[in-house]
Amino acid sequence: MKIGVFVCHCGSNIAGTVNVGSVAEEALKLPSVAFASDTMYACSEPGQDAIIEAIKEHRLDGVVVASCSPRMHEPTFRKTVERAGLNRYMFEMANIREHVSWIGKDKDANTRKAVDLVAMAVAKLTQDRELTPKTFDINKRVLVIGGGVAGIQAALDCADGGLEVVLVEKTSSIGGKMSKLDKTFPTVDCSSCILGPKMVDVAQHPNITLYASSEVADVKGYVGNFNVSINRKATYVDWAACTGCGLCMEKCPSKKSRDVFNEEIGTTTAINIPFPQAIPKKASIDPEFCLKLTKGKCGVCEKVCPTNAIRFEQKQETAEEAVGAIITATGYDLFDYTRYEEYGGGRYADVITSLQYERLLSASGPTGGHIKRPSDGKEPKDVVFIQCVGSRDKSVDRPYCSGFCCMYTAKQAILTKDHLPESQSYVFYMDIRAPGKLYDEFTRRAMEEYGTKYIRGRVAMVYPKGDKYIVRGADTLMGAQVEVEADLVVLAVGAEAAKGAPQLAEKLRISYDAYGFYMESHPKLRPVETNTAGVFLAGSCQGPKDIPTSVGQGSAAAAKVLALFSKDQLESDPQVSVVDIKRCVGCGKCIQTCPFGAIEEMDFRGMPKANVIETICQGCGICTSTCPQGAIQLQHFTDNQILAEVNAICQQTPAQNLK
Amino acid sequence: MSSSLTFAYYPGCSGQGTSIEYDKSTRAVCKALGIELVDIPDWSCCGSSPAHTVDHILSAALSARNILQAEDMDVQGIITPCPSCLTNLKVASHRMRDEQFKEKVDDLLNEPCRNDLPIMSVLQVIYEKLGPKALAAKVTNPLKGLKLAPYYGCIMNRPPEVMDFDDCENPVAMDHLMEAVGAEVMPFPLKVECCGASFGVARNDVVTKLSGKLLDVAADCGAAAMVTACPLCQMNLDMRQDQINRANKSSHKMAVFYYTQLIGKALGLSDASLMLDKLCVDPGHLFREIETARTADAV
Repeated sequence: MKIGVFVCHCGSNIAGTVNVGSVAEEALKLPSVAFASDTMYACSEPGQDAIIEAIKEHRLDGVVVASCSPRMHEPTFRKTVERAGLNRYMFEMANIREHVSWIGKDKDANTRKAVDLVAMAVAKLTQDRELTPKTFDINKRVLVIGGGVAGIQAALDCADGGLEVVLVEKTSSIGGKMSKLDKTFPTVDCSSCILGPKMVDVAQHPNITLYASSEVADVKGYVGNFNVSINRKATYVDWAACTGCGLCMEKCPSKKSRDVFNEEIGTTTAINIPFPQAIPKKASIDPEFCLKLTKGKCGVCEKVCPTNAIRFEQKQETAEEAVGAIITATGYDLFDYTRYEEYGGGRYADVITSLQYERLLSASGPTGGHIKRPSDGKEPKDVVFIQCVGSRDKSVDRPYCSGFCCMYTAKQAILTKDHLPESQSYVFYMDIRAPGKLYDEFTRRAMEEYGTKYIRGRVAMVYPKGDKYIVRGADTLMGAQVEVEADLVVLAVGAEAAKGAPQLAEKLRISYDAYGFYMESHPKLRPVETNTAGVFLAGSCQGPKDIPTSVGQGSAAAAKVLALFSKDQLESDPQVSVVDIKRCVGCGKCIQTCPFGAIEEMDFRGMPKANVIETICQGCGICTSTCPQGAIQLQHFTDNQILAEVNAICQQTPAQNLK
Repeated sequence: MSSSLTFAYYPGCSGQGTSIEYDKSTRAVCKALGIELVDIPDWSCCGSSPAHTVDHILSAALSARNILQAEDMDVQGIITPCPSCLTNLKVASHRMRDEQFKEKVDDLLNEPCRNDLPIMSVLQVIYEKLGPKALAAKVTNPLKGLKLAPYYGCIMNRPPEVMDFDDCENPVAMDHLMEAVGAEVMPFPLKVECCGASFGVARNDVVTKLSGKLLDVAADCGAAAMVTACPLCQMNLDMRQDQINRANKSSHKMAVFYYTQLIGKALGLSDASLMLDKLCVDPGHLFREIETARTADAV
């Protein structure tokens, strides 16, 4: 076998701490290596051309590139060798950047390790076999999880592109956080006026099936062929019959029910349509507060409903949907504002969250758009905004910046002045972070045109004095302690991962970070992809985002799905397990250990044998280490291939001769 | 172990003088509650504020010596009523978890300190080992109608990773104990604000300002008395109340108790054992009001 080895400088990334020239020289001494050289950037066009040229000139059977992590460029180089006429699996990568040059400064030691890694890769390549992917049909339907603005955009773009879309929303209406906002920055246009039409489009689009009050219970399958179970929660109303007339809400006697939509500023009725623009505009019953469901007496809604839509006996149902791709747009939740005990959120009625304040500002909110203090209903004169509540604070395990709070605080200060011209707003801030188009101009407007007083410093504590609140903090620009008497204190709470995000990630088999935000496939170059094929991300589930970015990501994820579905068939990964029927004794241990249910028992001339369902196998290799006979082997990672690597590193290698 | 609640007791220097009533009432209350206190033999000063401002190793050694003295005792831990002593003991113990630091401290001691005894405040023991419910069950003279502002001081719960007790911004242990003895706890917001501490000597104006604010806000909340767990806080608020009134042109006559005195009172212990006469602002009328109300209820 003739193998070519290419050792990449990666500029100075590798060459800075590895003697790449001598790695190539040592590689050439290995048996089977017919050609070795070092190259400035192996991934560049000239770099790839040089590989192709060498394959042709030296009639190479396989190629080793010693460069970076295969995460990014293994696909690149596989294509390169394919262009030169080799099978794409006759390629191995030795990671001498992340595993060598970036982690050690001792050039000699680094060089020795790089030589070892190259020797391992060469040894494996001698055992590699050509593999050919198979193709399979794909189901061109897409599931969108989450009906916030990112999910809405993704669903509409996919649907407009001709795909059938299944949109699943946890609450009884789509709209997400944006539907709770009064206005949006930096244009101060009405949030529900711009979102409302999109929500209606979702309801009316012939390609979109909407499951509201529903959650994804289980996801099985793989890219192109997912099977999704959806739990449809009991709403106690037959939505096919409900016309959304709202008569039940008028008559419901249980008027102290939790008003989730209004962020619990005020209360609602046990049967309710959360807000006037709700999609679907259907009533649902909160079983915790419904008198009929808790005490067995009442049933007023049942009597007044003109279409007899009330179903007190309704139970949760499960729906099954088959899709080929999934867009996750599950958004974020707000930081728990009671965690800063020094601000008294949850103890003092007039210390509220920014989203609660948004509901006070909204014309469809509990106060009809009049700013009134929750405690006594009076109009506030002095309003203090405290920024970074649950952002950029290691002590509450939220070291990250939530990104949008500076902007919405400026917006709320502007709106406060619009609503109450006599009022004075104060903003305690750490830094103003407004790096968007027209964003910084907007915060300046809040200061300069609207007279908002910006105080740079953290607030130490808030405490009541009479019917006012003393907000004490530092003014770090003046170098002094300041106290502001406030009628209302608004906490600019940060964003955190949506509740249940990690659990959903487990179902989707995607990764999430320490805070529960979903991991994109590459932070720069694959921002809406995940490492699970066919699962995409949009919006704040990946990290806090404002509306424009969320919408952009919704469209981006839709574009990715449309590109994926532009083919009728997909190639399956041939790196799956294969059973050697001669060795298999039919013990079934692999069937028990496979986490994906990819192995089944089959009958072979009257004997039980294991059989791998190639499209379900994820290539994890658990079965190969379970099989007592060594009968099941993961292609491209067979025992022989891995042992060749082990032998290479355990034997006296050229690396040791370098000493 | 001798009894289920036996602790090595570190009285602290102020307990011998300025806050002798805190020490005495703590001993009386613990006895009544079945918490056995065994004084650490030959205990010495914890170094108070001066030691740790000069040298962390020396400061830790001063506390470590006391920890060492308690290590051969048959006890469940070391407890002290004074938050300042507590801080020094706990910070020393915390820092000694670092091996290098501990070596330097051990060099200053006769023998190495094992550093494995739990260190707690008396408040934490009453709150966590006994609990408000068990306390309420022992109350014979509930302090019904006594409106209290609970004041914890700034160091009882801080820094949270060292003190590891209650919430550092809004502690509630003393609130719950006071409710258990029948008092009415007012929503006093400045529970953990600084009273001015030892500035009473060097910069009296700082104390009159800071402690003055505590008294103002306590009065605004409708409190008839304040209840503390710290000798220095108590002294600033009680003994310096006249100075504060003079400086701020206020007229507070706010009794400032140690929480142990009020628990003792509710348990029916004698005024002498609680040394109520040591308080500068006379609290007598408060107890007379409770008594009058109780007799009225009985009739």
